[in-house]
Amino acid sequence: MSDRMLTMAEAVREAMSIAFDERPEVFLLGEDVGIYGGAFGVSADMYHRYGAERVLDTPIAELGIVGAAVGAALAGMRPIVEIQFSDFTAQAMDQIANQAAKIHFMLGGALHVPMVLRTPQGSGTGAAAQHSQNLEPWFASVPGLKVVVPSNPADAKGLLLSAIDDPNPVIFLEHKLLYKIPGRDSVPVGSGRIPLGVAKVVREGKDLTIVATGIMVNKSWEVCEKLAAEGISITLIDPRTISPLDMQPVYESVEKTGRLLVVQEGPSHAGFINEVIAQMAGSSSFGSLIAPIKRLAGMNIPIPYAPQLEKAAVPQIEDIEIAARDIVKNWR
Amino acid sequence: MTTAPLLIGHPLASKEHARHALLYMCRIRKFEEAVEDLFGRGMMHGTMHLSIGQEASPTGMCMALNLTDQITSTHRGHGHCIAKGADLTRMIAELLGKEIGYCGGRGGSMHIADVDTGNLGANGVVGGGIPIAAGAALASKMMKSGKVVVSFFGDGAMNEGAFHEAANLAAIWKLPMILFCENNKYGMSSSTEKAFAIDNLKDRALGYGIPSVNVDGNDVVAVYEQAQIAADRARNGEGPTLIVAETYRWKGHSRSDKNLYRTKEEIEEWRLLDPIPKFVEKILESKLMEQSEIDAIQAEAQDQVIAAVNEAVKAKSAEPSGLLAAVFKEISA
Ligand SMILES: Cc1ncc(C[n+]2csc(CCOP(=O)(O)OP(=O)(O)O)c2C)c(N)n1
Ligand SMILES: [Mg+2]
Repeated sequence: MSDRMLTMAEAVREAMSIAFDERPEVFLLGEDVGIYGGAFGVSADMYHRYGAERVLDTPIAELGIVGAAVGAALAGMRPIVEIQFSDFTAQAMDQIANQAAKIHFMLGGALHVPMVLRTPQGSGTGAAAQHSQNLEPWFASVPGLKVVVPSNPADAKGLLLSAIDDPNPVIFLEHKLLYKIPGRDSVPVGSGRIPLGVAKVVREGKDLTIVATGIMVNKSWEVCEKLAAEGISITLIDPRTISPLDMQPVYESVEKTGRLLVVQEGPSHAGFINEVIAQMAGSSSFGSLIAPIKRLAGMNIPIPYAPQLEKAAVPQIEDIEIAARDIVKNWR
Repeated sequence: MTTAPLLIGHPLASKEHARHALLYMCRIRKFEEAVEDLFGRGMMHGTMHLSIGQEASPTGMCMALNLTDQITSTHRGHGHCIAKGADLTRMIAELLGKEIGYCGGRGGSMHIADVDTGNLGANGVVGGGIPIAAGAALASKMMKSGKVVVSFFGDGAMNEGAFHEAANLAAIWKLPMILFCENNKYGMSSSTEKAFAIDNLKDRALGYGIPSVNVDGNDVVAVYEQAQIAADRARNGEGPTLIVAETYRWKGHSRSDKNLYRTKEEIEEWRLLDPIPKFVEKILESKLMEQSEIDAIQAEAQDQVIAAVNEAVKAKSAEPSGLLAAVFKEISA
């Protein structure tokens, strides 16, 4: 079998299935993950393949579900818990932030929590304010959690396998608009891992460095292609894991390009991408910048419902294109 | 305008009452059918949760409420909103992302609410409205406003911590609140058999010291009668009541549901228990109306919904320019 094009949903399912086959202690729990196949179809037929004992449908009780995953994890299992929309991690936040994240540290290392919490996030589906948020800064600001934001199927597969191997709690944030579209690159067969904490240089250029997360990597890619035709060459970096964060490729790139644009979908205020700016500002590479750092992020508003409003709330390809062109043209 | 005046009282108390109950149930049915149609034609964005088959529950409950009494609603909230007296045009306009929509196009299907008729909000979060209703009931008690607050929620919501914490608060503070569970047998794909280890959801109230009752949620008369008793208790300072209305969701959970978790036969069985003909039979038995008058009311509901759609389609789209200013309420000088 050779590498194939998969959607993010298929790639995540493949990673879960590999982990199920490798380790009997891996199981999946969440609302409607069984016969329904998950709200976004990610677990699909896993219920039929692995049975109700390893693909556990739960009542609607996020705090209980995540707490049960924490407990099962520290008692020897390796749960993957699916929260139907990342917005409902709010219900489970005590178990995520106060329990899972702190147990290993607080107990002097006597226990650890090898749990993965997978959840869809992001806007673009018309599901409005309580079903569309990007909450990565909530998790990234809690020491003790690892946070993964995959932007494509191949990364999602390799990163999820590493997340399941990891002896610590990992929050795995999947953008729901990416579930149904195939990635640009094929997904390797087999059980290859992609280590957490290693950024990916998606493409290399000499005029501008773009650091983008999640779906913004895809939007930025389009911009790179378009501006390449205008003679602007761009380095695009996808951190992939935002905790821990790998800044080295960013420094190296900025030293060559002298310009930095950072892009995220979530609101700008106290957003994750600000961490990239802060670390850049404190680094010795800062002096290589010939332009002010440009930030593109969502508006500081809840995500609205109507399509024309929803589009206005988060960066679109055209916004990235304008920002990228401006920074290159205006700072020489 | 596509509102209809509210009427309080027993659905068979008079011809006017019967007309009201029937018209409202039909308005809900026709509204939901219109939503499905708008969706099918690609005119509506997002998702939808239809309450077809459940019309008797909100209608019967709200006929026991005054205009100033309040409700909290759910993701499956169109029926609650209509039963409390909302304008159909502004509801459809919201679904179409129009400026005159109840939320100015910012909320959509899961957040439509007419605050003027006492609807404190539909909710995208399962169980989210239950503690809010308890809080509104607390305010009613503290402010001596005499308002009763009803929280509508589904069977699935009963397993959220929010239900348990709010039920206990309502009980210990003797709040003027009604916990109204529409047990439509499923929370998405989870049947009540799978999600509960008790047979009767009303038993949940026992642990909180709250009286509770089961009612045929497809019988608008039965729902009204229990709602009336619960509202009286609330008004008399006797505290909350849990009503568990037994009903059924005919349609899929949302637009993406393939109905893999239940059988066609089960859906068919419940369709035979349609709340609308059930009430029509009662009206005919009571001799309050002739069949021709009943037919006219059903046609009137259909006309009202069509008029609402036509008006809403023509309305101006919501503009992004005001979004930032919409986040916070202005501080008044
Ligand atoms: C806290 C939370 N968890 C999960 C969901 C996703 N979800 C939306 S509706 C629903 C089922 C709710 O079931 P029930 O309370 O019985 O209401 P019904 O849909 O049957 O009207 C689920 C799981 C949600 N919106 N909020
Ligand atoms: Mg239900």
